[in-house]
Amino acid sequence: MNLTLRVWRQKNSSSSGRFVEYEANDISPDMSFLEMLDVVNEGLIKRGEDPVAFDHDCREGICGTCGMVINGIAHGPLGATTTCQLHMRHFSDGQLIAIEPWRARAFPVIKDLVVDRGAFDRVIQAGGYISVRTGGTPDGNTIPIPKPESDRAMDAAACIGCGACVAACKNASAMLFVAAKVSHLNILPQGKPEKDRRVLNMVKAMDEEGFGNCTVMGSCEAVCPKEISLDFISRMNRDYLGALWRNR
Amino acid sequence: MKLDAKIPSGPLAQKWSKHRHDIKLVNPANKRKFDVIVVGSGLAGGSAAATLSELGYKVKCFCFQDSPRRAHSIAAQGGINAAKNYQNDGDSIYRLFYDTIKGGDFRSREANVYRLAEVSVNIIDQCVAQGVPFAREYSGYLANRSFGGAQVSRTFYARGQTGQQLLLGAYQALAKQIEAGGVKMYPRTEMLDLVTIDGHAKGIVVRDLVTGETTSHAADAVVLATGGYGNVFFLSTNAKGCNVTAIWRAYKRGALMANPCFTQIHPTCIPVTGDHQSKLTLMSESLRNDGRVWVPRTKANNRNANEIPEEDRDYFLERKYPAYGNLAPRDIASRAAKEVCDEGRGVGPGGRGVYLDFADAIKRFGLNVIRERYGNLFEMYERITGEDAYKAPMRIYPASHYTMGGLWVDYNLMSNIPGLYVIGEANFSDHGANRLGASALMQGLADGYFILPYTIGNYFATEKPRKPALDHPEFKRVEDEVAERTKKFLSIKGGRTVTEFHRELGKLMWDKCGMARNETSLKETLERIPVMRDEFWRDVNVLGEGNELNQSLEYAGRVADFMEFAELLVYDALTRDESCGAHFREEHQTPDGEAMRDDERFSYVAAWEYQGVGQPPVLHKEPLVYDEVHLAQRSYK
Repeated sequence: MNLTLRVWRQKNSSSSGRFVEYEANDISPDMSFLEMLDVVNEGLIKRGEDPVAFDHDCREGICGTCGMVINGIAHGPLGATTTCQLHMRHFSDGQLIAIEPWRARAFPVIKDLVVDRGAFDRVIQAGGYISVRTGGTPDGNTIPIPKPESDRAMDAAACIGCGACVAACKNASAMLFVAAKVSHLNILPQGKPEKDRRVLNMVKAMDEEGFGNCTVMGSCEAVCPKEISLDFISRMNRDYLGALWRNR
Repeated sequence: MKLDAKIPSGPLAQKWSKHRHDIKLVNPANKRKFDVIVVGSGLAGGSAAATLSELGYKVKCFCFQDSPRRAHSIAAQGGINAAKNYQNDGDSIYRLFYDTIKGGDFRSREANVYRLAEVSVNIIDQCVAQGVPFAREYSGYLANRSFGGAQVSRTFYARGQTGQQLLLGAYQALAKQIEAGGVKMYPRTEMLDLVTIDGHAKGIVVRDLVTGETTSHAADAVVLATGGYGNVFFLSTNAKGCNVTAIWRAYKRGALMANPCFTQIHPTCIPVTGDHQSKLTLMSESLRNDGRVWVPRTKANNRNANEIPEEDRDYFLERKYPAYGNLAPRDIASRAAKEVCDEGRGVGPGGRGVYLDFADAIKRFGLNVIRERYGNLFEMYERITGEDAYKAPMRIYPASHYTMGGLWVDYNLMSNIPGLYVIGEANFSDHGANRLGASALMQGLADGYFILPYTIGNYFATEKPRKPALDHPEFKRVEDEVAERTKKFLSIKGGRTVTEFHRELGKLMWDKCGMARNETSLKETLERIPVMRDEFWRDVNVLGEGNELNQSLEYAGRVADFMEFAELLVYDALTRDESCGAHFREEHQTPDGEAMRDDERFSYVAAWEYQGVGQPPVLHKEPLVYDEVHLAQRSYK
């Protein structure tokens, strides 16, 4: 199949960007979206033009490195999928495809489609952990955890930190990302002792990074490659209110 | 050079506790005076950086990814082994030790492997305390599954995302230490060289991948946790960024490279679809618990899988290895798949594939149980192939997956360069000639949480190293060399892209030095690689500048190192004139096609010393002594 791409090109964080059109010809439907971009980049290098910079690593949908807005949708038209797992069979011959980076104040563009998601790391550093040191932990089976609880924690822990939720949100809110980590740890008995300070500190860090507010529209859930549920945001709000009350 | 593995004396089961008692400690107040550089933030690097910092050392941690949470450990699916014996099925530390030694085809060190089995139980406790959401039974207790190469059920898992959850545990422990000021994290920063002063590792030279700036970092010790070199085959299950550069640079500075020819080919990957293929995707080995592997009994069979009647199917793993069946170890299962495809009985486009069939399991357990166990893997399969594996069998084929070889280390995980430690997949130590499933996660975390943090203290306490000042001329000299190389890449302006060269090298390595190897093809390859390398340095095209984010430049550096490393890998494969584990020399096989070891001549670790690009390296042999286990031909029949 042959496609026309309209790709966001931006030299670095201080320059302004623009869309540039490229032809992508002889694309196989079995290619992944990134393999299609590989083909385009090989062609650009052959012509002596700077290839399009984009982040990617595992290419199997788990590392969370890749991510671009494809025709206005974070990670493209297929639900529950990262960009690297999106295959060209979901596009049609002759289609025009617009490709942009994640757009959010907290994720400045570094180059072309590459953005800086360091804000996510800093939010985790504010409390997205259980403060256990290495060693001296009790046998794994001393704390039985009811399976439904454990499964629920795993549902939240499945987040890959790609940032699609932020890119999809009209307010560039990071609530789904933060709620996923708060819920993963606050649901589990091991995470309970730090439950209050975790949610208070992480929400504070999130606000300081410049992420917007949540209006519970659900765009984040709709694009999340791991289908993290909006329910976790409600859960975090409850934890947050409780923590405020207990620490007033 | 005399290789001393520094294995403690005494009975096997007491070596580690005795050693921990014998090694010198650093006074808690003095620990903050020591700086440690950790390169890599996967299971090994992340856990080591966090733990060293908890102990009080000043840690700098580097990764080329945009966040330490993205290292490729994250992609491990199936699980992590531990000798907990929660299932009451006869597991023990000794059994895990024995399975690992046997699985490695008797080419690993007894003492290291025993210690690995010993600390495996602590890892599970640690991870549970961190909040890793392992799978549980309805009782609330931890669940287990079985895995290839073992007859007990000792694998802990978190759905099909065990690596992700364990890595997030280590990443969160690291985040806690970053917040506390104990670790300074450098994401998007790639190590390009090692700096040694008076024979000791004293720092590294790195490139900031965003600004292109090249700088030095000094320390009292350097820890490499930079993963494996499976991308030497171009197509592999590794992430695109995985590379050999850090350990190759260390090798060129005098560290020994051990057993580079031990490369594991994983049997259950999604087959190649075309020339555009950029990587291969693994389907967890745990699928072999319930999936049955088969091909049609006769050649050139174009029927749909579901139309092929039972009597026309060859369940070749069950037929050849009745005791282990579909759970035969990885090297054996991979070669069996290659064999039936070589006979022309392979399925799918190109005939390089075999079926992995869940019809029986679905009949037995019901669709919901299978969905619960493997749902995310089936979805992944559908996403990539567009096929529904609940309705028709999956197609799988082996692919390069893990590398058992790596830098040589002693029992303390220190290389022959004092102060240079190597942990996780980057070292050679625990898996011999073949790694068992669910053991990579175990080793990475064992090294990082429970071994290195003890052993590194002994170096500080006995050697009392002094961190050099950054104005030491050696830093400047290495920085200049790195800058020179960058300039060279950008000045060639040839006619071929880096990817083209990498693809060409990878194909050569896969065809001639992959699942099966022989003297003639290895010798041909040794002639071909230097020619290809010369072509690369003459004709590669790297655009852009050095002082900006330049992904082609990063890639060129990695491929240039693969071009040198590949030669050593082949050289090692040629020298090891026996078959063992994943290293299959066609000249050495039993009448029914199994690997035939030659313990008389090859019961040693091959540790190679660098002599210059294109020069034959010097071989140092570390004899493998087995006091505990009896060497036997590995049988899974």
